[in-house]
Formats: sequence, structure tokens, C-alpha cells
Amino acid sequence: MAEPAIEVRSLTKRFGDFVAVDAVSFEVERGRIFGFLGANGAGKSTTIRMLCGLLDPTSGAATVGGHDIRREPERVKRAIGYMSQRFSLYGDLTVAENIGFFGGAYGLSRRALAERLPWVLGLAGLVGRERSLTRTLSVGWKQRLALGCAVLHEPRIVFLDEPTGGVDPASRRRFWELINGLSERGITVFVTTHYLDEAEYCNDIRLIHAGRIVAGGSPRELKTSVIRNPILEVACDRIVEALEILQKEPWVLETSIFGMSLHISVEDEEEGRRLIAARLGREGIAVHRADRIMPSLEDVFIHKIEEQAGTGEAGEARP
Amino acid sequence: MRAVLSIVWKEFVQLRRDPRLFPVLFVSPVLQILLLGYAANLDVREIPSVVCDLDRSAASRAFLDEFVNSGYFTVRARPERMADIDPYIDGGRAALAVVVPRGFGDKLAGSKPASVLIIADGSESQTATIGVNYATSIANRRAQRIVFDRLERVRGPGPKPALVKAEVRVWYNPELRSRNFMIPAILGLVLMIMTITLASMGIVREKEAGTMEQLIVTPIRPYQLIAGKLLPFTLIGLVEAGFVIAVARLWFGTPLRGSLALLFLMCLAFMLNTLAMGLFVSTVSRSQQQAMFTTIFLVMPMILLGGFVFPVENMPPLFQLVSRAVPTRYFFVAIRGIMLRGAGWPELWPQAAALLILGTALFALSVLRFRKKLD
Repeated sequence: MAEPAIEVRSLTKRFGDFVAVDAVSFEVERGRIFGFLGANGAGKSTTIRMLCGLLDPTSGAATVGGHDIRREPERVKRAIGYMSQRFSLYGDLTVAENIGFFGGAYGLSRRALAERLPWVLGLAGLVGRERSLTRTLSVGWKQRLALGCAVLHEPRIVFLDEPTGGVDPASRRRFWELINGLSERGITVFVTTHYLDEAEYCNDIRLIHAGRIVAGGSPRELKTSVIRNPILEVACDRIVEALEILQKEPWVLETSIFGMSLHISVEDEEEGRRLIAARLGREGIAVHRADRIMPSLEDVFIHKIEEQAGTGEAGEARP
Repeated sequence: MRAVLSIVWKEFVQLRRDPRLFPVLFVSPVLQILLLGYAANLDVREIPSVVCDLDRSAASRAFLDEFVNSGYFTVRARPERMADIDPYIDGGRAALAVVVPRGFGDKLAGSKPASVLIIADGSESQTATIGVNYATSIANRRAQRIVFDRLERVRGPGPKPALVKAEVRVWYNPELRSRNFMIPAILGLVLMIMTITLASMGIVREKEAGTMEQLIVTPIRPYQLIAGKLLPFTLIGLVEAGFVIAVARLWFGTPLRGSLALLFLMCLAFMLNTLAMGLFVSTVSRSQQQAMFTTIFLVMPMILLGGFVFPVENMPPLFQLVSRAVPTRYFFVAIRGIMLRGAGWPELWPQAAALLILGTALFALSVLRFRKKLD
């Protein structure tokens, strides 16, 4: 197998007493979409900022594109593109001026820039709006322009920190199509998000909680390997009441509410179905349906965090 | 080089787009020199005064006329009694009072020493000192004339007695106009405040807006970033210096006896210091507000210790020592020298050298502190 695009070994970052990132290790294969999932404050942005050379790690090591982030930060910078969580282009420059400026900053020749400009405009869907001041664009457009500027110099690896924060669902979907497009061109995409549904687009995922990686794998692996016990999706009347009743039963492992139904984790599918119907029947709650489902990533995430909390290892995720 | 030019170009585009910054840059220096040129004036003329003639003799009237006609005093009132003087001085309506006591004329006629009382408001020490000096010299002149008259009367007409007289020639500023002394220094003031503020704000603004984060991940080297950010401000500083010199020359008639080229070179050497300070401020500030306060903190000693108003030679030895590290000290000397005395390279190379050494040191310090990192 080829050398991984990103290799992280026990990377740690402390801010005073607070351990933002606690000895995380992982590898990212080339050309993959790698998703870093976690709540706000879990350590996603801090990790990405260390990998991009914005922050110095407290300890541990990492290579990006084969370059050591401590010893060769300038080489790392040539190999990567970065899109920050906050919009960080110049609002008082026009679309074309921003592209021109960052082209110059990356040392692109005038000719290379002239070639890349239409490509970025096309990517961002901003053809015809070159002369608009960037601050007047909608959030979705700003994000796409930021992505365009981040890949202007054709990096092999791009880091996207919460690229879809605060964007409407349609724009989010379009943005993920762009990410897929980059991946098809062989670019490695490292993306953080706290939207669990977005994780489905990724080839490989790590769940991070309170600075530690709690689970990893492809979305499919995570759903099948992390949770072995069957999950039943139960549709019934008075679901809040039903949830409270079932939570007290010793044979119920985990419970959560999902829209208009309950997700109940049990030891055995058949027995569980029977027990639920019987227990709720005694309270006069009618069960309409109890089907075994594939756990969602949200189930996996909750399961993992509860597991950590149970062993007393995980701290509180900071908001 | 391409990276540096990109930043320079970007800075100019942003400057042009900022509707408030443009007037601040090019109108305010002119306003400042106009304001300061009129306000920063140490000359004392037309001191508000009261005169009180208790003697009412020909001699007292002659003395007071000389006082009133000297041009240095404006008589606000002529109270009849001593007690009526107090409200004028206490109320700040008069800075000086001259009282001719009863018996002044008789004493003089009887060849006895006579005195006049001069009361000055010491809370305005500058005006008081100068007013008292004028008044004393008027009294002395009067006394001299009385002595001569008396001698003439005793000895009869003949040669006047010999006296040592100081013949004073004031070079370079014959009328001793303090405005000529202040205006060159105002150029330093404007240049200093503008460049420190611009440089510190320009960098801190990028931190605040988050664009610094995007700059850090580009392969731009720190020195390229610094050069790209500071070059535009250097140019702006030179243009502003031109504006200020033009106003000084054309409006206030301040002389420019030395070389204009040397003047601009000195401005450049001075800006090396102030831009380095701006850069330093940006490395210790996270917000524009912090940068503003830090700038004020730096600017005050630069004005006071640099000899803007109070000559460095008058300071206690410790402060004179401290002032050696203050770039304005050298710049004020250089610019006053060039404008008023026509001083050139042979006289001013020590100042130029001091500015370059100090500027390089400040720059090195700031560049070392400036890191392409977020924390």
C-alpha cells in the first residue's frame, strides 16, 4: 500500500490544564474522504489546525503528504489547502480579486492563475459574479468560493473545517458533491463535521469525543461492528411514557428517541420484540411495529459516548 | 517577490475601498498640522494685565505708559485700590499686575530708591516667567534712563557714560518664533502616529477577521508577509510627509533650508522605527482596541522623552539616558536641523546612524516576536 496521505501518532494539544486533543493516532489513505466527527469542542478543529501548521502540537508527531508537521511546516503548506470554520477570505475584495490574491500568495504564475481562475469560478458557481464584493455573497456561495481558493494551487490534500456550518440543506448537498468531485480527482479530503448524516458521504470516519478518538472505520463498519446487539425501532403510542417504562427494564440495554419512534437495544431480537409488546401492553400502550434496524451513526455515537461515560474515562464535551 | 507584490496590491485595493480610511489618511495629517501649528505656540504676547496707580504722579504715569506701550501687555483694568486686583488674578482674567505705590514720584524726586510691585500668576508658569521678565526689563530701562538724566543734570552736557551692551543676533530663527521650532516636530508626530497605527491595525484587523488564519496556511514566509503589509504604509507615510511639509512651507512659511531629499531619507529612517513599533504592537494585541491602547502607551513617552516640547538637555540625567532609546529624539534634531538650519549630511549623520541602528534593533525584535501561528 502507498504511503498514507496523513499519518498521526499520539498527537496531543494542551491549553493550560485543558487537554483539547489527547494522544490521537490515525492514518488517512490517499484519495479518500476522511471524516472527523464530534461535537463542538471535541477537538476536531484543534487537530486540523495542528496538521495545517496553525498550532504547534504539545506532543506527538504527524506527517502530512509525507512531510513532518514540526520539521517541514513550509513543505506541508505547499501540499495542502485549508478552509477554516470561519469565513476567512477578504470581504472587501471582489471574487476575482480574492482568487487573484490567494493565487499570488501560493506563488502561481500569471498564466497558471489565468487557467485556474475560470476553473475555480466554475467550481464555486460564481461565473458572471467575478466583480461582486465577497461580503455581499450568500453563505453557501462564500463557502464554495473558500473551497475554490483552498484548492487553487492544486493541493494533494485539503482540510475542510466544518465547511457546511450554517448552510441550508440544499447548499450542503451541493457542497458534498464538490467534495466528491475533488476525491474523484485523487485529492485526499480531510473534513470535520458535527452533522452525523454528512458522515455517510465519507469513506473513513473517526469519532472524537473530549479529545479522544472513540471509534473509527467506514460508516458501514461502524454500524455493524460497534453495536452488536440488535436495535429495534419501535412505533407505539405515548412514546415518551413508553421510553420511561422501558428504560427501567433490566433486559433493555439502551434507549433513545428518534422522531416518532423509539430505538431500543436488546440482547435478542425475537425475545426483545415479545418483551416490549408485553411490557407496554400491561400499561395499555399499543405497539404498532417493532422492526430490527441497521443502527444509524447517531446510535453508534451515542453508544460509544455512553460506553465511555460508563467507564468514567470520558470527560464532558465542551460546548 | 510575487507573494509580496500580491499583498501590497491587496492592501492598496482594500485601502481604496475603505470609505473612512481614505480621508483619515490624507485629510487628517493636514488638519493636524494646521491645528497644531496654531496651538503649539509657546510665544507669549499680549499678556492680560492690570495696572494700579496709587501714586498718580507724572513719574508714575510715565512709567506705566512705557509698560502699556511695550506691546507685551494688554491692560484689562485700572483698579483704584490694591484690593481690587485680587479678583482679576484669582479669576484668571489677568496674569500680571503692576502696582505703583504711593510716594513713587516723591521718592524719585528726592533721589531715594523707589520700587514698583509686580504680581504674577504662577499657576501659568510659562506666561508668568516671561511676563515678569518683560516687566523687569521695562523697569530697569526706566531706572537706567533716570540715572543718565540725573548724571547729565549734575555734570552738564557731555559724553554719555560707557556701558557694556549685549548685542544679540539670533541665528536661523531671528524672531525667536516658537512655531518654527514646533512645526518640524509636528511632522514627526503625524508620521509616528499614522504609521504605528496603520501597521498595528492593519495586522490585527486580519487576526480579528480570521483572514490571518488563511494567510498562515499559505507558503508565504513571515518576512514576505511583513514586507507586503508594511511597504504600502511606508509609501503612505512618505506621501503624508510631503503633505505636511507643503503645509508647513506654504501656509506657515516655515523655512526649508536644507535638502528635501535628505529630509525624506530621514523620514524613511524614522519610519523604520515606527513601523517596527506598529508590528510589535500587533504581536502583543489580539484586538484593534488593545492595539489602540498599546499604541497610545508607546506614543506618549516618544513625545515627551523625544524633546517635542521640553528639550532633552533639561531632563534629569536618568531620563536623558532613557531618551537615547527613543527614536523621536534623533528625528526631532534631524528635522529641525534640516528645516531651520539647513543642516546636511556632515552634521546629521549621527542622527541617521542612530535611527538606523535603533530601527534595525526594533525591527529584529518585532520580527522575532511575529510568528506565523495562531497561539
